Amino acid sequence: MKRKLEISELIFRVISCTLLTVFAICCLYPFLYAVAASISGEHAVNYGEVVLLPKDIQFEAFAWMFNNNNFWNAYTNTLFLTIYGTIWAVVYSILGAYALSKKRLLFRKTFNFFLVFTMWFSAGLVPQYLNYLQTKAVFNSVGIMDDKWLVVIAMGMAAMNIILLRNAFEGVPSEIEEAAIVDGATEFQVLSKVYIPMSKSTIATVTLFFAISRWNGYFWAKQMISNKNEQPLQVFIRQMLEDYSDTDFLSGWDKVYAPDSLIYALIVCSIVPILIIYPFIQKYFAKGVNVGGVKE
Amino acid sequence: MKGKANAADYLILDPASGTYHEDPEQVVRDDVEKHYWLHVGRTILKDWRLYVMLVPMLLVFLFWRYFPMYELLGAFKVYRDAVPVAEQSFAGLYYFKDLIAGPNATLFWRALRNTFLLSFYGLCFGFPMPIILALFFNEVRSNVARSALQVMTYLPKFMSTVVMTSLVTMLVKQGSITTGMGILSRFLSDIGLVSAEVAQNGLLNNPDFFRSIYQISGIWEGAGYDSIVFFAAIIAISPTSYEAAQIDGAGKMAQMRYVVLPSITSTIVIMLITRIGSLLNIGYEKVLLLYNVNTHVTADVVSTFAQRSGLEGTQKGLASAAEMMNNVIGMLLVIGANKIANKASNVSLY
Repeated sequence: MKRKLEISELIFRVISCTLLTVFAICCLYPFLYAVAASISGEHAVNYGEVVLLPKDIQFEAFAWMFNNNNFWNAYTNTLFLTIYGTIWAVVYSILGAYALSKKRLLFRKTFNFFLVFTMWFSAGLVPQYLNYLQTKAVFNSVGIMDDKWLVVIAMGMAAMNIILLRNAFEGVPSEIEEAAIVDGATEFQVLSKVYIPMSKSTIATVTLFFAISRWNGYFWAKQMISNKNEQPLQVFIRQMLEDYSDTDFLSGWDKVYAPDSLIYALIVCSIVPILIIYPFIQKYFAKGVNVGGVKE
Repeated sequence: MKGKANAADYLILDPASGTYHEDPEQVVRDDVEKHYWLHVGRTILKDWRLYVMLVPMLLVFLFWRYFPMYELLGAFKVYRDAVPVAEQSFAGLYYFKDLIAGPNATLFWRALRNTFLLSFYGLCFGFPMPIILALFFNEVRSNVARSALQVMTYLPKFMSTVVMTSLVTMLVKQGSITTGMGILSRFLSDIGLVSAEVAQNGLLNNPDFFRSIYQISGIWEGAGYDSIVFFAAIIAISPTSYEAAQIDGAGKMAQMRYVVLPSITSTIVIMLITRIGSLLNIGYEKVLLLYNVNTHVTADVVSTFAQRSGLEGTQKGLASAAEMMNNVIGMLLVIGANKIANKASNVSLY
């Protein structure tokens, strides 16, 4: 009896470990291939001789990328949108979530519904587009000519993140707040000295969610930013893909790398910064799901 | 709060003296009711800092989430450039009729059907994957190995939609054997899963493959990350439950069936209901970046239909109407799902 039990357990464990490893390798393979293809020679890439390891190694594709001003420009724009957009979104979300977490707030339910309703129903692309056009006109009329600021201020709000923050603030014991008030703390001091330090990890998670959605933002940035020099990295990548994945392109091609290598180099360049910070933020990313319980 | 108080409510019996006297709280309550808005004003003034904090968030949502809803009025109006929606001339239900049974009906129903099918297949194939992964992760006893595997499977979630779709596009790219056919196309045609001709034309140019590519890339991107919530539920199971089952002679499969699955059922149910609720809220960016003219038959969803006709084209009213129908049905689904989740688990999702 005992022996049979062990065998079934062992078999299941072996199968699950094998399948998991296969799945994990499948997850990772496209990245490894992208790296290999970006530094392989033209012939090797075009003939599909690169499978896992690079062949006829060259770094010309990366050199082209690093000497391309548009690329650095796009990178700078993305950093701009990510940093300012995240700061703006986190600030108003923390303030709003703090107010919403207070039981004594009048019309609390109404305000909550006001937020939650935006998760249920969105107006759709065309109404949003028309709305952004009007916002743009208003911004221009007060002297803000850069479309960047429109993207920073008017986009990327997420009711779910505010609700995560609100729940975290509700979890702070009210005795601590009362003690702070007895010590003469004002409302803003209660928030900055008690609530924010006590919900650090949720704030980190929410900041991360905002930052990622900003970094990844594509559609509206492309729609609303008319000046080519202001477009973020995602728009640049897409543009390159559309320009270079054309097979007609091959006919006059006289470089040591294939056109594909350029795209792969670009993909690698856009993933590397995330990979560098990944180990530090991974635990917050994982935590976010559990905090939300049921995100999405 | 609004109901008129009875005279008897003011009087309470004092047990010590045996006499009735006025209830001071009721008097205050009545006073509050009489001067309701004055009371509201006073409370807000006394606590003004709290309400000031709320203002930026409310304004942001009002300007860029609720004002677009006002623009939805355009679905009932004849669109003219640079004319406020209120002043455009009325078109009635013209666009809705057009979409449901008019010249655009074929396109609209196709888009609605595709929206539903993409979500539905996601539910069938994408939903069980994270659960299976979580069960497997539970079997890896070494913490280091498990962390490594988890990190590897979460990784694709960190890519942007553009990078993910670019990578997919490159992997299944068209081209001949000598002109840079995608590596995945090569592999698939080598093992005979697709014919060489199909692979050379590009899998993304073939409507038969769009749904598979969409789902497989979805699993690649999200399954690892989505497994976190299920894995958290599994490791919360007390070891004594397993021991008790073992003593009762349960093998591995029996333990799965009678210990693990019942413990994570509530999580599964909630996630499933949420998923069903968002059946029609499909991310349009991914479709927009993966589809092309050749694959509209299976790939065109309502949002991309609206994007093409309203943003690239000039039929703003038609596009608004199409998305409005989609989103209203979607909202009803979400609210219904939330109600059911509420009943099933006593936990509101929001």
